[in-house]
Amino acid sequence: MIIKLIINNEEKEFTIKPGDILLDVLRREGYKGVKKGCGTGECGACAVLLNGRAVNSCLVLAAEADNSRIVTIEGIGTTEKPDPLQESFVEAGAVQCGYCTPGMIISAKALLNKKKDPTDTEIKKALDGNYCRCTGYVKIIDAVRMAVKKMKNK
Amino acid sequence: MPDKKGSIFKKKAKEEPVDAGNLKYVGQSVKKVDGLGLATGIAGFVDDIELPNLLYAKILPSPHAHAKILSIDASKAKKLKGVKAVLTYKDLPRIAHTTAGQGYPEPSPYDTFILDNKVRYVGDRVAAVAAETEQIAEEAIKLIKVQYKVLKPVLDMEKATEKGMPIIHDEKEARTIIPLNYDPKRNIASQVKALTGNMAEGFSNADHTFENIYYAHYASHAANETHIVITYLDGQGRLVIRTSTQVPFHVRRIVAERLQLSESRVRVIKPRIGGGFGGKQEVLIEDICSALTLKTRSPVKLHYSRSEEFIASRTRHPQRIILKTGVKHDGTITAIDMDVLMNTGAYGSHALTVACNTGSKVLPLLRCENVQFKAQTVYTNLPVGGAYRGYGATQGYIAMGIQVDEMAERIGMDVCHFYKMNHIKVGETSPVFKALGEGREGVLQTIESCGLDQCIEIGATAIDWYAKKERYERQTGQIRKGVGMVALMQGSSIPDIDMGAASMKMNEDGSFNLLVGATDLGTGSDTILAQMAAEVLDVPVEKIIVYSSDTDLTPFDVGAYASSTTYLSGYAVIKTAEDIRSQIFDVAAEMLKEKKADLYVKDSAVFSKKTGKNITYQRIGLHSLYEKNQHQIASVKSHITHKSPPPFSAHFVEIELDMDTGKVKVLKYVAAIECGRAINPKLAEGQTEGGVLNGISYALTEEYIFDRQGRMLNSGFDNYKLFYPADLPEIRTILIEGYPEPTGPYGAKSVSEICINGAVPAISNAIYNAVGIRLRKPPFTPEVVYTSINK
Ligand code: FES
Ligand code: FES
Repeated sequence: MIIKLIINNEEKEFTIKPGDILLDVLRREGYKGVKKGCGTGECGACAVLLNGRAVNSCLVLAAEADNSRIVTIEGIGTTEKPDPLQESFVEAGAVQCGYCTPGMIISAKALLNKKKDPTDTEIKKALDGNYCRCTGYVKIIDAVRMAVKKMKNK
Repeated sequence: MPDKKGSIFKKKAKEEPVDAGNLKYVGQSVKKVDGLGLATGIAGFVDDIELPNLLYAKILPSPHAHAKILSIDASKAKKLKGVKAVLTYKDLPRIAHTTAGQGYPEPSPYDTFILDNKVRYVGDRVAAVAAETEQIAEEAIKLIKVQYKVLKPVLDMEKATEKGMPIIHDEKEARTIIPLNYDPKRNIASQVKALTGNMAEGFSNADHTFENIYYAHYASHAANETHIVITYLDGQGRLVIRTSTQVPFHVRRIVAERLQLSESRVRVIKPRIGGGFGGKQEVLIEDICSALTLKTRSPVKLHYSRSEEFIASRTRHPQRIILKTGVKHDGTITAIDMDVLMNTGAYGSHALTVACNTGSKVLPLLRCENVQFKAQTVYTNLPVGGAYRGYGATQGYIAMGIQVDEMAERIGMDVCHFYKMNHIKVGETSPVFKALGEGREGVLQTIESCGLDQCIEIGATAIDWYAKKERYERQTGQIRKGVGMVALMQGSSIPDIDMGAASMKMNEDGSFNLLVGATDLGTGSDTILAQMAAEVLDVPVEKIIVYSSDTDLTPFDVGAYASSTTYLSGYAVIKTAEDIRSQIFDVAAEMLKEKKADLYVKDSAVFSKKTGKNITYQRIGLHSLYEKNQHQIASVKSHITHKSPPPFSAHFVEIELDMDTGKVKVLKYVAAIECGRAINPKLAEGQTEGGVLNGISYALTEEYIFDRQGRMLNSGFDNYKLFYPADLPEIRTILIEGYPEPTGPYGAKSVSEICINGAVPAISNAIYNAVGIRLRKPPFTPEVVYTSINK
């Protein structure tokens, strides 16, 4: 079957099989920033924005995503024009291996789209589906706070 | 000759803090060189490339803990449409090896085969398939018919050497390649003994003696990226291995040997790595994937599922430690006797060296003349141990860190004071350094930098130690609090064994390519190595283009393990950059018509002290490549270490314990660490925070649960409990600066491993402070704590 999506503001059409998982389809189509840490919805490395909500793409059938808007990490910003969140993650030292980073940034983005000035508890809650072994989360939470500040000053 | 700048790492050892000096790039929290690529999702991990006709590999795991394969029939699997190859033990050379990614000759026993006619734990590999899709590969696996003769398994490490126990490695090839005390007929993978002083005398001089049993348990590295490898043939038919590894050069050597190829026919590429923590210091899946590529001539990918990662990769070696000590009333330690029993699971990966480290990274912390260390590592039919951040020290500090608390309490001395009195000081050595090495005798060394006193003082203040310790001793009610602490040391590299190298060349725009064998697996080593090169040459870090770990392109390095990269590879980079600088001076002297000895570098240019004449790197680069006496400014240098200077740390924790449920919650954790000069403070803090949280979840929640057949029951993130952001306690990292290590690059020592060792003993001690009960067998789950307080 063919599905139509708007990915990172571009209209796309993909041919898929009914059982295909969204994560696999996105990676197959070149969105390699979407990572797989578990495949069972427990690590958040595969998070994307689906119609504005952060979801684990390993739990979504590609067919279900037909006609939706998706934002992957590649759509958040680039090395030339990074999003304040991406800059903050680097500046705060929140990126170690970086495998969890795309998913973390997607979850943080979903939060900041809704809340301009979240509390620490809200930040932790928004990121709670995202697993990181490297950082101990301390600098990841710093990074989100830093991004909030950056966005206010813009 | 090194000029003025070259002299900074020859500073004399001082007990007092010294000034950080006027360094420009070293000691700064510069941004990670690969940070933005990672944060925008474009940095390439192993799986982020597309190859035509890629095949997918799957492994058939053993359903039995211990069994002989009587017959194996792959004919149905081979006939399945889309299946390109099936491999069983019959198809592969039978070459005994170790999966431990160590230098040659490895001290781990050669007891593993790519595939064997025997399986030794549930999840052991039986056969491998390569097919056009993952689904087909999975189906094909199910079509392989195997007949097993099930053998009695060994599932209890404490019984493994008993008479009548089945022999796990009864194959004739099992051996060590250096003379070691290997005894597979008794399920013994390694044994080691060391003694200094006189134990009887030590104990007879003691006013108090202590003896208790402590345990360390299985754990998964749980790196976010599971083991993954892609193999293919290049344009010359050479085997290319793109793999998530900490040890690319060992992968080249070991895979070549296992598949009987010459090393020149193998190239190993390490792209970005999604965390290792020791789990990827293992040449684990590269061999079988390569064999599938050689058989099919196609690219093949093997990517472990999370469940495979738990069961069939590597784990923290469980241990039982019997620790006996003697102490005088005044706090003098008269004897330490440590007896370690370690479970290596089905194969002896790192079986000797992890056990050795339990002694060698723990015992020298405390001054004592009479020290005995014994370790025996046994085989069981359970998942395989391996290198895991902390590497034996984590296990050892569980015993030592809790028992020191017991000692201090008994003699009525505050434990902080006890550590300050007893820890090794600058100018001192420990007989243990010499007695215990990595598979051979150790190396004698004198401590030249130590900021442990300050770690203890500052950490104690940060947690409000003295007031809280006393207040929490007498509590009633449902919710109780407690504080606990522990002091730690580790090492930096394996002296006289490990080698790291770097090469560098200058470009015409005044930038430099820095090629290192050192393996950045998320640790930030590319960045700190670039900082060191930038410091020597006085160029912005962006002008240093780092490329790491590609066996065709970069010079050799043993890889990322043993807390060695900063200390070992860092020095190789400094030497290389100094040579480059000297070559730059040669060209500049010619261009400026000045004497080389009068030149110095500043802000990407060369200046003359005498005349003030100067010339930019860009001009020098262009000149050297295009204008006159054309040549490539380039250098390659190697480094080996003769010491393994320990970083020191004091950890303090405050917990809350619910008497009704047994739940222990960490409220605050303070890690004060002295790692010499931190090359990049933010990255050093990050290493510490990550290690601390890993330690906390190891102490409280992480564990392997097995059924009676040796099957792991919780091999997923849903039931193997890790910490997520909402579980995060307040963690405070304090870098204690001012104690540069004279032998370290810019005064640096290691930082990444030490931080994982404190949580179990500190939390156990805090539980004691809260409720007066000593827990010596982690994890301290609600069930364990509840049962213990209600006994
Ligand atoms: S891969 Fe989707 S949550 Fe882990
Ligand atoms: S940075 Fe490695 S998992 Fe988060």
